[in-house]
Amino acid sequence: MAAAPDALAGSLRSAFGDSLAGVAVALGEVTAVVAHAALHATMRTLRDAAAFRFETLIDVCGVDYSTFGNAARDAPRFAAVYHLLSLSNNARLRVRTFAPDDDFPVLPSVIDVWPSANWFEREAFDLYGIVFEGHPDLRRLLTDYGFVGHPFRKDFPLSGHVEMRFDPEQGRVIYQPVTIEPREVTPRIVREQNYADSE
Amino acid sequence: MAEIRNYTLNFGPQHPAAHGVLRLVLELDGEVIERADPHIGLLHRATEKLAEHKTWIQSLPYMDRLDYVSMMCNEHAYCLAIERLVGIDVPIRAQYIRVMFDEITRLLNHLLWLGSHSLDVGGMTTFLYAFREREDLFDIYEAVSGARMHAAYYRPGGVYRDLPDRMPQYAAQHTRSARALASMNENRQGSLLDFIEDFTRRFPAYVDDYETLLTDNRIWKQRTVGIGVVSPERAMALGFTGPMLRGSGVPWDLRKKQPYEVYDRVDFDIPVGVHGDCYDRYLVRIEEMRQSNGIIRQCVDWLKRNPGPVITGNHKVAPPSREAMKTNMEELIHHFKLFTEGIHVPPGEVYAAIEHPKGEFGVYAISDGANKPYRIKLRPPDYVHLAALDEMSRGHMIADVVAIIGTQDIVFGSIDR
Repeated sequence: MAAAPDALAGSLRSAFGDSLAGVAVALGEVTAVVAHAALHATMRTLRDAAAFRFETLIDVCGVDYSTFGNAARDAPRFAAVYHLLSLSNNARLRVRTFAPDDDFPVLPSVIDVWPSANWFEREAFDLYGIVFEGHPDLRRLLTDYGFVGHPFRKDFPLSGHVEMRFDPEQGRVIYQPVTIEPREVTPRIVREQNYADSE
Repeated sequence: MAEIRNYTLNFGPQHPAAHGVLRLVLELDGEVIERADPHIGLLHRATEKLAEHKTWIQSLPYMDRLDYVSMMCNEHAYCLAIERLVGIDVPIRAQYIRVMFDEITRLLNHLLWLGSHSLDVGGMTTFLYAFREREDLFDIYEAVSGARMHAAYYRPGGVYRDLPDRMPQYAAQHTRSARALASMNENRQGSLLDFIEDFTRRFPAYVDDYETLLTDNRIWKQRTVGIGVVSPERAMALGFTGPMLRGSGVPWDLRKKQPYEVYDRVDFDIPVGVHGDCYDRYLVRIEEMRQSNGIIRQCVDWLKRNPGPVITGNHKVAPPSREAMKTNMEELIHHFKLFTEGIHVPPGEVYAAIEHPKGEFGVYAISDGANKPYRIKLRPPDYVHLAALDEMSRGHMIADVVAIIGTQDIVFGSIDR
């Protein structure tokens, strides 16, 4: 069975102390928030220290928090969320880091800690425009060659900006502005607390 | 003396051994790979972005279309994520049904992998046999969900329906004699569980057949032994999971280490490789098929003895029965709210991972309390494996790249998302 999350949270607090911006346990999972300046050193310790030994980086996920909870925020907009897995201790850890600058989000790369970060960071750069400093080959990964913009940002429309079609007059494939209207079938609703509790 | 230069070769995206739409830019020194640069994203559909614009339940069928050879396992991870966020208990019978179908899906995936991998390195026969067995498994999918591939059978809180009492049979046709029809329907006389049980009895002999064709085959061994060797330390650093990690000798399986559903109640073993090459990974997957077959049989035994509900009774998450909906005002309101507005998931975040046939398939879901996810991140296992293709294929010949792509068991539906 997986290691107890509270024990992991405790050893995180004792090992890093104030350099962690926060440690929380929710739904049986441990989340640590790390300042972007301390990210690289923290990750290296998490991989090497005997108490943690997170040998595997499972996932890196870019997040755009700009419309979270349908409310205005003054927290930073972009974050990267790392999921770590320790095979020797059978533990999981989530590490969240916010990029300080909303207009030009930059985070340190962890590719020298775990080589598997390579494609995950390229993906987060492609979809969110988060620049990973120290990544040797930060190219777009999933979108088309020559794509403009970062499609998973919340201000990027679902239908995109351009569409592609074959133009019989010019005899080639052309790009043109999208011709479909954005449409929302089910509206997005955030209910107040205890909305549906009848009892 | 002539000047020798490296040259670049485009492999794919329309190459049968590229398993879909992989464009591989190979830098070659003669026939030896200097660098392999996979270009992916040709099948990118932005599933994660689409999911942000749909209610939680509406994006469930998208999960089938990620890894389109192990459909129900993808749904499983997604449902687990929602269940953990909302805090729903799944009835025990639904858990057994899910485990059974996860293992059926594992057989489906491994059979396709076996067929296409051996086809890539030159063996046509296994492909034909593997697809014969897949046909029966698709019939099981169809009997339970109505769809042969994209089942959309799992639901948050359970599964859509209980298993049918009757296995559908082949109909009479003017091209089919009565005797042929009777023999085709011979094992379809009873319930779905009887059909599955019959399949588990037949299946070990089929696996023996595949092994006769491949395991001691000289050509097969020449193409796979010592190809794409990954050390256990390197496999962990590269983020390998599933058979790719176990082939390198690391005994790690989420079904044993972090059991979900009823995997702690069924008996099975975890095969582990020694050398970390393509041949060991082949042996691991063959043994996994045998183990999965055993799990399916245990689930069939349990399911035959224990009837019960297959979806949660919480009508904020699962729809009420049609009968109750037609007679009870409150159930009607539940039904209406569930299908117009959807499930309201409390704010929070969760990472749910399952032992998918290819490795660890994870769903990271962030909810802000709305009826739609704020962010869904899918973590496909083969995406990580393909990222290591460069390292695995360096110094090998072009023909070995095909074997390595085969052993990685990649499917572009899940890599590109």
